[in-house]
Amino acid sequence: MASRLHQILHQSVTIDAPLALDSGQALPSVTIAFQSYGTLAADKSNAVLICHALTGDQYVASDHPATGKPGWWARMVGPGKPVDTDRYFVICANVLGSCMGSSGPATPDAATGAPLGMHFPVITIGDMVRAQAMLLDHLGIERLHAVIGGSMGGMQALSWASAWPERLGSAIVIASAARHSAQNIAFHEVGRQAIMADPDWQDGQYYGSDRAPTKGLAVARMAAHITYLSEAGLTEKFGRRLQGREAKTFGFDADFQVESYLRYQGLAFTDRFDANAYLYITRAMDYFDLAEPHDGRLAGAFASAKDVRFTLVSFDTDWLYPTAESRRVVQALQSVGAAASFVELSAPFGHDSFLLDVPALDRLIAGALRNGG
Amino acid sequence: MALRPDLAIIADAVPAGTRVLDIGCGDGELIAALKDKGVDARGLEIDPANVTAAIARGQSVVQGDANRDLIDYPAGGFDYAVLSQTLQTTERPDRVVDELLRIAPRAFVSFPNFAHWRVRLALLWNGRMPVTRLLPVAWYETPNIHHVTVSDFRQLIADKGIRVERAWYLSGDKPTSDAAASWRAEHAIFLISRG
Repeated sequence: MASRLHQILHQSVTIDAPLALDSGQALPSVTIAFQSYGTLAADKSNAVLICHALTGDQYVASDHPATGKPGWWARMVGPGKPVDTDRYFVICANVLGSCMGSSGPATPDAATGAPLGMHFPVITIGDMVRAQAMLLDHLGIERLHAVIGGSMGGMQALSWASAWPERLGSAIVIASAARHSAQNIAFHEVGRQAIMADPDWQDGQYYGSDRAPTKGLAVARMAAHITYLSEAGLTEKFGRRLQGREAKTFGFDADFQVESYLRYQGLAFTDRFDANAYLYITRAMDYFDLAEPHDGRLAGAFASAKDVRFTLVSFDTDWLYPTAESRRVVQALQSVGAAASFVELSAPFGHDSFLLDVPALDRLIAGALRNGG
Repeated sequence: MALRPDLAIIADAVPAGTRVLDIGCGDGELIAALKDKGVDARGLEIDPANVTAAIARGQSVVQGDANRDLIDYPAGGFDYAVLSQTLQTTERPDRVVDELLRIAPRAFVSFPNFAHWRVRLALLWNGRMPVTRLLPVAWYETPNIHHVTVSDFRQLIADKGIRVERAWYLSGDKPTSDAAASWRAEHAIFLISRG
């Protein structure tokens, strides 16, 4: 599966400049795959960067090249939509370490031509954002009207505001946090162990073989998928209903609808995602703590971001990135005097609410984008 | 839509180019008027639907509770704090007043006067907690948990050594005099500053 995934051609640029990484290592050059929508204004003032989540990609509003499904935020981005591509030049780049055309573990080693696999250096959210800045430099965009992201995308948006506040009008951060909690790390570790325990993982050097750790990756996705939903949402959708049968089988088939659903979600995921990329990106999220370089004081991360307008949104059923984490960011922003907006929206879908039909979110994003101007 | 009379007075009194925190800002009515005249106005509001409406209007408003969340604002971060029609709903109005004047050197505080003659009459003649235009909710479900009169507020301010820079008193939407305010004002607006 992974090999087919890596045969897709993506629009990308390769920047022949080294990227110094937080780990102390460096990438000699960086390839960044990206999509753009709308038209860049003559004064380049209307650029909006959308940062995708862990398993997202640059196809924010276009059909996915592997699955053919509509873009992951097609409901939000497009002509006349809240992120209005008639007004804004929207860019979305595949994050560093991912598997949709940007530099990552499937990238060939410059010397041997073989995929790097686990020789690809461990990257951070800060590194992802540095790669995005290189892309913007390449495109000649000095300043962003706004950066928007949900979940891991929100971490990137916060990192942008922390690292380059002068390049930013506003940051819109949805269902996110300024650090990964012990619980977040714990769930990710389950996923990584599932991948690495799959004999087909082969220490990450599976690209040239006819085997790939799809079973491990599917289990990782199943575990993670539960964390994206709410208990009430799962109960409403599946309850204890059985899958295509009248009675329990007293076996280990997918008796329950929720099992069948998770198995399908796990399997479908392996068509569009690479197991090593999953390892690298979850690691980057686990390492994320914006306050760490500032002696644990989050306000220190935003010391220069007083002129950035921030909008933070959390969801009442999101237990993965709960409201308290957004509030913590808001408190830090208020202490430095930054203009911050924050609201906890009510939505039944758990963490995934930011991707789904929550009309209040549409109004908020449209308004926050106007506020940034 | 015309601005609520007390908000119109505040909007008029805030100089352009200043920074204002509107506490209990609702859906951002005052913030909109202030932004129109070149004031950097932000808000704190407890009701998420109101917060959503204000952000959708392009305003900077944080969902929060005046009882708990004012401590997150740095001292002197604003030129003016505004607390309109909210003081009487807070758990400890005296502490909220302290917070206002920590966040900003000056604050506007407006509240319905519980000693207005209609209120006095209702209590005197009927022996019932009054339900009036500005106090439209029955005693058991009113959010106004600390009814306050013009005289009460003047006393609190005096006890705290806080200066009253200006005061406006409204009967309906018409101004009424300082001397008659205790009886005739349905609504009072104070501009206070650190003593």
